[in-house]
Amino acid sequence: MLSESIIKELEQIVGSENVLTSVEDLVTYSYDGTLVEHCPDAIVLPNNTEQVSRVMQVCYREKLPVTPRGMGSGLAAASVPINGGVSVCLTRMNHVLNLDMENMMVLVEAGVVTADLQSQVEAAGLFYPPDPSSIKHSTIGGNVACNAGGPRCLKYGVTGDYVMGLTVVLADGRILQIGGKAIKNVTAYDLKSLFVGSEGTLGIVTQVLLRLVSKPKFTRTAMAVYPKIEDASVTVNNVLLAGILPATMELMDDTTIGTIEEYMHLGLPTQAAAILIIEADGSDESVVTQDIEKIGGICRQSGAAEVRVAQTEAERNELWRGRRSVSPSLARRRPNKLGEDISVPRAAIPEAIRRIKQVGEKYNLPISVFGHAGDGNLHPNILYDKRNADENARVEKASQEIFGIATELGGTLSGEHGVGLLKLPYLGLVESPIEIELMQSIKRTFDPQGILNAGKKFPVNLQ
Amino acid sequence: MAMQSNQTVFQGMEIPDEQQYLSCIKCGLCLSVCPTYRESFKEADSPRGRLMLLRKALAGELKLSHNLTDKMYRCLDCLACNAICPVGIKPADLALQARYLIHQSEPQPWIKPLIFKGVFPNANLMETAMLPMFLYQRLGVQSLVHKLGISNALPAQLRDSERMLPRLSRSAKSRVSETTPACGQRKYRVAFFLGCFQNLVFSDASAATVRVMAENGCEVVMPKNVKCCGMPHLGYGDVETARALAKHNIETLEKLDADVIVTDCATCGSTLKEYGHSFFSDDAEYNSRARAFSAKVKDVSEFLGSIQLREPEHPNKIRVTYHDPCHLRRGQNVWKQPRQLLQLSGAELIEMRESDWCCGSAGTQAITHYRDSMQILARKMQNVARTDATVIASGCPGCQMQLGLGVQRENLPMQVMHPIQLLDRAYRGDEK
Repeated sequence: MLSESIIKELEQIVGSENVLTSVEDLVTYSYDGTLVEHCPDAIVLPNNTEQVSRVMQVCYREKLPVTPRGMGSGLAAASVPINGGVSVCLTRMNHVLNLDMENMMVLVEAGVVTADLQSQVEAAGLFYPPDPSSIKHSTIGGNVACNAGGPRCLKYGVTGDYVMGLTVVLADGRILQIGGKAIKNVTAYDLKSLFVGSEGTLGIVTQVLLRLVSKPKFTRTAMAVYPKIEDASVTVNNVLLAGILPATMELMDDTTIGTIEEYMHLGLPTQAAAILIIEADGSDESVVTQDIEKIGGICRQSGAAEVRVAQTEAERNELWRGRRSVSPSLARRRPNKLGEDISVPRAAIPEAIRRIKQVGEKYNLPISVFGHAGDGNLHPNILYDKRNADENARVEKASQEIFGIATELGGTLSGEHGVGLLKLPYLGLVESPIEIELMQSIKRTFDPQGILNAGKKFPVNLQ
Repeated sequence: MAMQSNQTVFQGMEIPDEQQYLSCIKCGLCLSVCPTYRESFKEADSPRGRLMLLRKALAGELKLSHNLTDKMYRCLDCLACNAICPVGIKPADLALQARYLIHQSEPQPWIKPLIFKGVFPNANLMETAMLPMFLYQRLGVQSLVHKLGISNALPAQLRDSERMLPRLSRSAKSRVSETTPACGQRKYRVAFFLGCFQNLVFSDASAATVRVMAENGCEVVMPKNVKCCGMPHLGYGDVETARALAKHNIETLEKLDADVIVTDCATCGSTLKEYGHSFFSDDAEYNSRARAFSAKVKDVSEFLGSIQLREPEHPNKIRVTYHDPCHLRRGQNVWKQPRQLLQLSGAELIEMRESDWCCGSAGTQAITHYRDSMQILARKMQNVARTDATVIASGCPGCQMQLGLGVQRENLPMQVMHPIQLLDRAYRGDEK
């Protein structure tokens, strides 16, 4: 619980309407997109960097735990305030501050919804490519904190590849400006990249300078159906070897296809072992058309039983409908799902899926695998009912084994969701004691009192 | 937080089935389309937040406090969350069910002081300013309206409430006869359900509705003893009264033996259609009767869109933009037909951005949650202003009042009308 005098002080900084302490408000800031819940003692909704800085000065002086957050759509419990204290919610800082057409960069506040940013820059003919599936309900600040990805990352890269500069409020309230519009810069450690993906453990990002690209004018989409999953995997490599870099290459396995068909009846081939949805984009229509046709040919040569290339926008939407139906259909099959986010070397995808299926059989749990085949980022989703204690226990074991599979194949625990709290127990599988120790000393440098989102991202003490 | 278990707290009450809310995966997609969240950016003003509060209340971990009640009443019931939820949860419906829960338990000693707080500086001004509310009083829900934040009323709000009311003309009941014969050969027998607001405030629109239907071969029967559709009562958690009204309306209209039951109010239409779904789900016999009734209900644009229409002789030469009422677009999946009517009327249709984003009216929201409602209206008017249309068309009295207020607040050279009025004008060549 916070003392009344501290609450008063916070109210003086951000205004009383921007400090929430009712039990009802606390409950609504106790969660993100996972099952983890813990209430903060207060929520502060600042309106500018200066206010964040003054809030942090108070928290630093009082050694109060602070958890930064945006819209709370994270999938690793990174923004759940497990230590109580103050949740600093940046959703009110949601302005696009400056669109610099000549340098093709945009300066935004951290609370801008990513889809809003995209539509604003697209209106000016520019393009911000990262497209996490939470694009409409996550903020740029959150995307930076988790280094969010998305299907288009195969061609365009992840959030961090677009971050040119940051304004960060440090644990003691100091305001740090890093980076800028100079594209090349080697005059210091790349501190900016240190904050990208730091999950709010090093500072609170309040403003982000992003580089933009020109908006591709044409997009074509194809769907390929495979009797063998290995062939889908080979296709990915063959397409890239042919010198074509598609924007996306999305994979769905047989469990996923079957579940979509069972609940959504889209007419997908349930006999298939895998489906790939491939999209090519660019600014020259004939090149894009050529690319998608070549891609179709490569799919067939690589073992696809059926290839469909969308000829119209309506057909394109139809092809994507399958991919978009994944979440709704999984949710209809079982009440809960644990969505993992492993990332493996591309060539290991078939082996990873084969082993994950064995895990599903061993623990008698349906596991649906889909994801971004182009970059080896897979989302095995374990479907279960959390009210069933026995199932819960099996889910835990199964997810542990999935992490084991990822590491054995030379992969990692998370490609784009982050570690947060949920993957913390497994960090030792991929991070050596030296790495963890180094991260701990970096943390101590930035946050000597350990008030910023402590207990997330890596273990606080090395055992 | 030591609390009673839900069994004790909610004993004997109708509570939502946990299947309706436990499958929330908390993804947060609903935040992106929720007008209240997108103004306040507070989680408790989001569908996901309300769902969580309801869940905690049902689990006995939270009390049905003033705060919790207020959060449930903030919902505009615009249904945007229902439409977008990937797992098929209907948070907007659950917010209404929460109100019913609150209504059943009535643990609200906080209401009374609100009613008696001397907040209105000028009694005369109040009388006109609060006319929308008096309409609700006539519907018998005034005590429920009083529950909400009237204590927040400011002079600006009083002025806006006054501006919101169009000049009242004679009620539709006194203007339109009980039976209007079809022009030419009778092709359909239509029962016209006259909504309260249409009758008292927008009788011009309803008179136009009857004329246009008659013009297209419909014999129109408009029983004058129908009662409120029940939506305001549902909105304030009074499900029992809503059910009684539904029974009265079903019994009044079903014996007319009409081919179709038509209304020109988006909200009435969505409620009448709902009679056959959730209203009597625990009464199998009545439910099948209600289902037969609801199957006949159509919005006027939906009905006219399904029959052959005569070409009008005097097409309108105006630019019109169309606002989708929540209870028509999402409540009834009717959005193509009103646009077709506008085009048939000769008007040039200019689409606004976010045409299906709530205008903030939401029944009495402009009274009970004035500030929220005006912020949401401002977003709507920004999109309206970009169209440079001269008419905003919308087939919902609540939307029409709110948009009319928006036009005045922003000083726009625009008029607000029901789409049917433009078609009526195109048939009659009436230049007013």
